[in-house]
Amino acid sequence: MNLLSKPGARSFPGAVRMAAVVVVVAIVLAGASMLPESNPLHVSAFVVSLAGKYLAYAMLALSVDLVWGFAGILTLGHAAFFALGGYAMGMYLMREIGARGVYGNPNLPDFMIFLSWKSLPWYWWGTDHFAWAMLLVLVIPAALAGVFGWLAFRSRVSGVYLSIITQALTYALMLGFFQNGLGFGGNNGLTDFKDILGADLHTPTTRAVLLVVTGVMLALALLISRFVVGGRFGNLLVAVRDAESRTRFLGYRPDQVKLLVWVFSAMIAAVGGALYVTQVGIINPGEFAPANSIESVIWVAVGGRGTLAGAVLGAVLVNLGKTLFTAWLPEFWLYGLGLLFLVTTLFLPNGLMGLWRPMKKAAPEEVTPEVSDTQGDEA
Amino acid sequence: MRKAGWLSGVMAALVMGAAIVFSPLAHADEFDALASGHFEDMAGAIATLAASGNPQAVPVLHALEEHQLFASSQGGLFIRQGENYVDARTGQPVSATPPDLHPMRLNNRVRKALAGAQAEMELVAPQRDVRLKAATALYGRHDPALLPAIDHALSVEKDSGVRVKLEEARAATILGQAPVEGAQSQRLEAVHTLAGVGGLEARGILASVAAASVEAPDVRKAASEGVSAIDWHLRMWSVFQNAFYGLSYGSVLLLAATGLAITFGVMGVINMAHGEMMMIGAYTTWMVQQGIRATAPMLEPVSILLAIPVAFLVCGTIGVVIERGLIRFLYGRPLETLLATWGLSLILQQAVRSIFGPTNLAVETPLWLSGSFALGGMDITLNRLAIFIFAGLVLGGLMLVLRRTPLGLQMRAVTQNRRMAALMGIRTPRVDALAFGLGAGLAGLAGVAVSQIDNVSPNLGQSYIIDSFMVVVFGGVGNLWGTLAAAMALGMGGKILEPTIGAVSAKIAILVLVILYIQRHPRGMFPVRGRGVES
Amino acid sequence: MPVTLPNLSRRAFGRLALASSVAAVGAAWSSERSYAAAPKGEPIKVGILHSLSGTMAISETTLKDVMLMLIAEQNRKGGLLGRPLEAVVVDPASNWPLFAEKARQLLSVDKVSAVFGCWTSVSRKSVLPVFEELNGILFYPVQYEAQECSRNIFYTGAAPNQQAIPAVDYLLSEDGGGAKRFALVGTDYVYPRTTNQILVNYLKSKGIADEDIMVNYTPFGQSDWQTIVSQIKAFGSAGKKTAVVSTINGDANVPFYKELGNQGISSTDIPVMAFSVGEEELAGMDTKPLVGQLAAWNYFESIDTPANEAFIKQWHEFTKNPKRTTNDPMEAHYIGFNMWVQAVTKAGTTDHDKVIDAMIGIRQPNLTGGVAEMLPDHHLTKPVYIGEIQDDGQFSVVWKTPALVPGQAWSPWVPETKDLIGDWSQPIACGNYNTVTKTCIGKKHA
Repeated sequence: MNLLSKPGARSFPGAVRMAAVVVVVAIVLAGASMLPESNPLHVSAFVVSLAGKYLAYAMLALSVDLVWGFAGILTLGHAAFFALGGYAMGMYLMREIGARGVYGNPNLPDFMIFLSWKSLPWYWWGTDHFAWAMLLVLVIPAALAGVFGWLAFRSRVSGVYLSIITQALTYALMLGFFQNGLGFGGNNGLTDFKDILGADLHTPTTRAVLLVVTGVMLALALLISRFVVGGRFGNLLVAVRDAESRTRFLGYRPDQVKLLVWVFSAMIAAVGGALYVTQVGIINPGEFAPANSIESVIWVAVGGRGTLAGAVLGAVLVNLGKTLFTAWLPEFWLYGLGLLFLVTTLFLPNGLMGLWRPMKKAAPEEVTPEVSDTQGDEA
Repeated sequence: MRKAGWLSGVMAALVMGAAIVFSPLAHADEFDALASGHFEDMAGAIATLAASGNPQAVPVLHALEEHQLFASSQGGLFIRQGENYVDARTGQPVSATPPDLHPMRLNNRVRKALAGAQAEMELVAPQRDVRLKAATALYGRHDPALLPAIDHALSVEKDSGVRVKLEEARAATILGQAPVEGAQSQRLEAVHTLAGVGGLEARGILASVAAASVEAPDVRKAASEGVSAIDWHLRMWSVFQNAFYGLSYGSVLLLAATGLAITFGVMGVINMAHGEMMMIGAYTTWMVQQGIRATAPMLEPVSILLAIPVAFLVCGTIGVVIERGLIRFLYGRPLETLLATWGLSLILQQAVRSIFGPTNLAVETPLWLSGSFALGGMDITLNRLAIFIFAGLVLGGLMLVLRRTPLGLQMRAVTQNRRMAALMGIRTPRVDALAFGLGAGLAGLAGVAVSQIDNVSPNLGQSYIIDSFMVVVFGGVGNLWGTLAAAMALGMGGKILEPTIGAVSAKIAILVLVILYIQRHPRGMFPVRGRGVES
Repeated sequence: MPVTLPNLSRRAFGRLALASSVAAVGAAWSSERSYAAAPKGEPIKVGILHSLSGTMAISETTLKDVMLMLIAEQNRKGGLLGRPLEAVVVDPASNWPLFAEKARQLLSVDKVSAVFGCWTSVSRKSVLPVFEELNGILFYPVQYEAQECSRNIFYTGAAPNQQAIPAVDYLLSEDGGGAKRFALVGTDYVYPRTTNQILVNYLKSKGIADEDIMVNYTPFGQSDWQTIVSQIKAFGSAGKKTAVVSTINGDANVPFYKELGNQGISSTDIPVMAFSVGEEELAGMDTKPLVGQLAAWNYFESIDTPANEAFIKQWHEFTKNPKRTTNDPMEAHYIGFNMWVQAVTKAGTTDHDKVIDAMIGIRQPNLTGGVAEMLPDHHLTKPVYIGEIQDDGQFSVVWKTPALVPGQAWSPWVPETKDLIGDWSQPIACGNYNTVTKTCIGKKHA
């Protein structure tokens, strides 16, 4: 994927096609789920919610691909942003339950009554308004990504160091959210949602609409990402990925370039997380587990790193495989997942997209002698 | 089985323990009471039996403790000796095995009575160390019923060491009694004795004396002074105690991280299956223990020592195989190795789950590694101490290997400049394989150590992998001293924070601090400088 | 025919070259799905929703095995309604959203008649909306914090009043050591939080002062207990008899007990009463230093009854391992499964609504004596036993409740729920019915 050799000619036709496919598939599935059950084309609610989940995961994969495939930052903590977006959405959905909880308290979510809370913590303020909650979905992960990225990229934390501290970040968040004292429901997280914007979450219509919304958001994210990585900024990103020091010597600011794409990708992940929660019906600290972040990296690797469409493809296929094999080979599917990691890294350095559109050359790796040589003079 | 209220008076009498025990169910004798299986009656009977001087007391109580005492449904009491039974009352062998025997069960109440009774009987034993042990045990019991026995022992005891312990036990026992008229000076003296002894046990007794309203004012005052003196003492020692906790936690982290420091630091390979190597080391320990139990039971106490080389070799071999079969295709692509080894770790976990089952395995801790000893006001637990020493030995050994052996020299050469090393005739693939094997072997050693303090389950590795990476990154990749410093810093930091903010928050705080530190010092505490350092 | 994924996949699976996953895989897989040939007809499907990988596999795999055993046994006895039973095993992989997905799959794709599954509260909370939406039946076999009463869930494990409260009663009693000071130590999640909240209120009602209660929470998988154990030791040195009530979960127990033993805390000094340590957990521990430590359950493997003996024998034969232990949640599944079989037989159909209604009042003998009855709040009557750990890895029962204890969905010791009851029988038909205001807070079942 020697993209630098063709500056300016970097369009991602796959991304546009994938965006179209995603929207069409979402609409078709949603429409088919509205058919009566006797109709041979009827699609069950199970399939619809699965599809919605896969597409939400695809947004996470897309966000990982943006930073890993294009800026060379291997993140092992992107699920943190996904989960934070999910929590923001979860807070809104929790408040929507209102007095229909098991204790019938109109102000406090069930888990707070459970733990004898007397009033809502301040950070729950306004979460009963959909617009405010949606703002939180975007702002909180973006702010965290901003602070973290600013600190990390400014001081040129890179490579493995960065990977490890992103992992530490999501691990710390996981431990934090496990604490019941934090006011997010501890281990159980937020669950038992009833409706969204007044629409019952458990009806086929709401499900169908959510699936379409997820499809459209994913398509939008794909298109915006394509715009971001396709132009001049995209060239700069790849330059930073392949030869950060040279780029810096040419007068660019790699830290700012990285920060921008980092925050943008965190926001995509967060939106994915928010949509995910509406469709799986639960958000809990397990979503912060480092293993989830690592898994999202493998989706990208399977699909094809550095190709936007590949991320989506990888996320959907791997998760589809997981759904099938956890049901059909419950005791052995983990071998399959492990093997997938091995086979992909050993034999498919460019992922499935690489198979489909064979590359002339293997992807350049971020560790090049040039980069290494400059490390000596860093303080 | 809470008895009616009227019983509590009777029970109080029982605890206050004159020689005569009122048994609520009116048993014919103490053997009858023992055979009844009522824990309350059994506890009383044990005390009576111990005080009675009956020659059968020692064998009966011993049999009870060893689960060799049986009762028949007719109320007979028998001691099992191998295949045969003897009548507990008479000590005479019985000709035929009595029908429907059931073993006498114990509960904590009976166990406690038993321990007290045995200590009481052993107070006058001929061997000094038996008496010393008994006197020390009685100190922790402070059971007023034992006072006559202690007084008797004091009157005949010649050994000064045992006398000190007896005096302490007597003081504790006296204060355990309700205050009676005219005993004020005796109690005051006891308070002073205990204040001098110090420690948690004494603090507990003194605290209850200080809080008792029936106590004379000057006794209470002396007791509360004693409490605050002990508290001050304890606080001072708690600093050292915390330091020990920190060091021992740090040495676990160090053991877990040294292997990683080799594979990650020296070779630049991010081995996410490192934790699984530890797990395999722990499972190897279990297998060695089982194997020895089956073949050479007399070696069982040292099976853990035998497991050390075995685990090193097993994990080292697996490491070499992984390097040759997988890692070598991925050199120069550190992030790909991360994903591949992650996949490998999933496979290894599930494989262990398939072979050994998903549940924990019991790795036994040998006696010489159990328990603790007091050092000043500190409690030093033996297994933690052993791990501390073991970590030091492993680190020292590793240093020696790196500095004093040809392999170490070659490894360092490859680290510093792979191409140059290859040009100098070093077979870098061989060095890579051996270095990876060494790293995996070290993880195996960590697994042996961890099997003594943690679960041996397929999930074992997962709980250490993140911490190990933090240690290596925090210390500075490629620098063993950095790894040592980082492990100890993280261990101590966690243990200093834990008592004040709790275990969870301490862990989060440490993670956040490390993240911030890495932002300031992107290459850790001890960065390796020079050319050819991989990012 | 409606388009459903697994049907497609079944065909796709055959074609997938992943069949290279060796014949052994296939063999194991098909043996699980096979059933005795005796009963004929369309099989009745039973879902098994227990984690076979991930952190919870350690506890849940056994429950999957016991369900397979019970189903095989039922098929040998001629199946149910003359039809064979078929187990549908899925792996939710200790991942809570995956639990919800798998629950939906079992109910809407496999169309199972009942699901036996879940271990952690969060997994149950995750699947609860799915079961209510699709009107499924879930048997939940683990002791839990209660404060929940769904029409679609049958709680065959203990509620706090069937485990925690009797356990504390024992510790307060003369036999249990007459404790006057309590350290409540737990993992930081909902079950310990709720149980401890209930226990604190209960202990206070028994005259235990605030300063004599210490509450401490640790994260999941806590492995370094040095500081906390030394805190317990210090707490126990205030001159009053002290006991520890442990709601420490899963893996964290082994290092906790090891540290207790090493710091020299024996059961005669400070007894530890555990609610999550059973035979299976003991099998992974060296129990010699633990002798005399306590656990409260509704079942112990060591209880000597003919039914229990037969069950253990069957288990050993089924697993081909004479050392596999049995435990309390296994008995809960045994009771739950047999109750479901009875209810289906009584209703003459597997129709969910009819079975749910038929379940209330079903009686099934416990393995350890007494008869479990399904109460209107979907909890059971249970005997409560206190066992002391023995050096052979078993418990010796030292105390039991004089009578069976009916489970309470809502605790009277939590101010918010003291007036609530669950009753799914008509005319109340409500999971959270306020007995004072005579209203149903949640949804009443028509």
